[in-house]
Amino acid sequence: MRALVIDDSKSMRLIVKRQLVTLGFDVVEAIHGRDGLAKLEADATIAVALVDWNMPEMNGLEFVQAVRADPRYQNLPMVMVTTEAESERVVQALDAGASEYVMKPFTPDDLRSKLELLALVP
Amino acid sequence: MNFLLALARDRAALAIEPGQEYLLSCRLAGVANQHKLASVEALVARLRMGRADALAQDTVDALTTNETSFFRDIHPYDALATQILPDLMARRRAARQLTIWCAACSSGQEPYSVAMTIRERVPELLTWRLRIIATDVSQAMVDRTRAGVFTQAEVNRGLPARMLTKYLSQQGTEWQVRPEVRGMIEVQRTNLVEPQPMTGCDLVLLRNVLIYFDAAGKRRVLDRVTRALAPDGLLMVGVSETLFDDRYDFRVVGRTYVYSPKGTAAAPALRGASQEKP
Repeated sequence: MRALVIDDSKSMRLIVKRQLVTLGFDVVEAIHGRDGLAKLEADATIAVALVDWNMPEMNGLEFVQAVRADPRYQNLPMVMVTTEAESERVVQALDAGASEYVMKPFTPDDLRSKLELLALVP
Repeated sequence: MNFLLALARDRAALAIEPGQEYLLSCRLAGVANQHKLASVEALVARLRMGRADALAQDTVDALTTNETSFFRDIHPYDALATQILPDLMARRRAARQLTIWCAACSSGQEPYSVAMTIRERVPELLTWRLRIIATDVSQAMVDRTRAGVFTQAEVNRGLPARMLTKYLSQQGTEWQVRPEVRGMIEVQRTNLVEPQPMTGCDLVLLRNVLIYFDAAGKRRVLDRVTRALAPDGLLMVGVSETLFDDRYDFRVVGRTYVYSPKGTAAAPALRGASQEKP
């Protein structure tokens, strides 16, 4: 299964990628929301997107809104992975169309549990 | 005890809170037994001698499993919502009364997950006389469960984000279960190897508990739990645990094993559930 990891921090992309590879995913990386849209457009096999919130060019919330507005991606699971930990932010992300929400810092088990909720890992 | 706390901290980055020390000896009895050591004291003595890496690892593993999480393993909660609770309700429809006991509830994620599952997926039960009793041997855990306050790290695992914002309210860096959900849980301190005050439980969740007891301890705990069960009550253990006890029948609901005392009315109620292993 292929996952798209969108984060402007190279080290954070690496951390998330390592955890996903351990869970059996292969990973496509993007450095901000606009790059993420391009990667998504170019690869129809992407099965889930993990999205940071605060990024240049296009932030994670805008990415989620843009993806959900596209009929092709109505059912694409999207997980916000962010330091934003306010309850209002979680509500905002879910309202925009995010499927799940992981607050940084997180452990591999936290991420795994959220992917399990989305039936993306056994 | 300080030696064990240091081991937990150094080997697993695990901080054992004051008041939880009692849990250590409870959990480590199983490790001592597994390594053919007479007692937890003997286990500590062996660890102090060094060069007991396997023993040290098993000790740390036993300590770290103090961790619990919301909706742990997920599929038992699906089984609860889709089959176990509906079947129990069908049998209790006349009395409209159901008692669920979460034994060894640790910091409370399990009973609150059960309560949220009921609110979301079996809301009819909210109009019944529903009791969800959560017990733990540790007073600190009892207090924590009663308070229903969880750290960001705790709500980050297993809890669907939609349920987080719906059923918990944020207080600084912590989250508290809202009063309407907290009010569904009765919390008591109980040692599972001692006689239980509970009787007539329709469903007991004894998940990831028996693994910490030796064979004799397991039998004692199961005796207590069996006495607390209604004659046709059901028992759920952890997904990685299998109950080999000839007093119990089992059924498989999805990927979840559900046990019922042999020769009771519970088995027909789970008709349709497979006896085959998944």
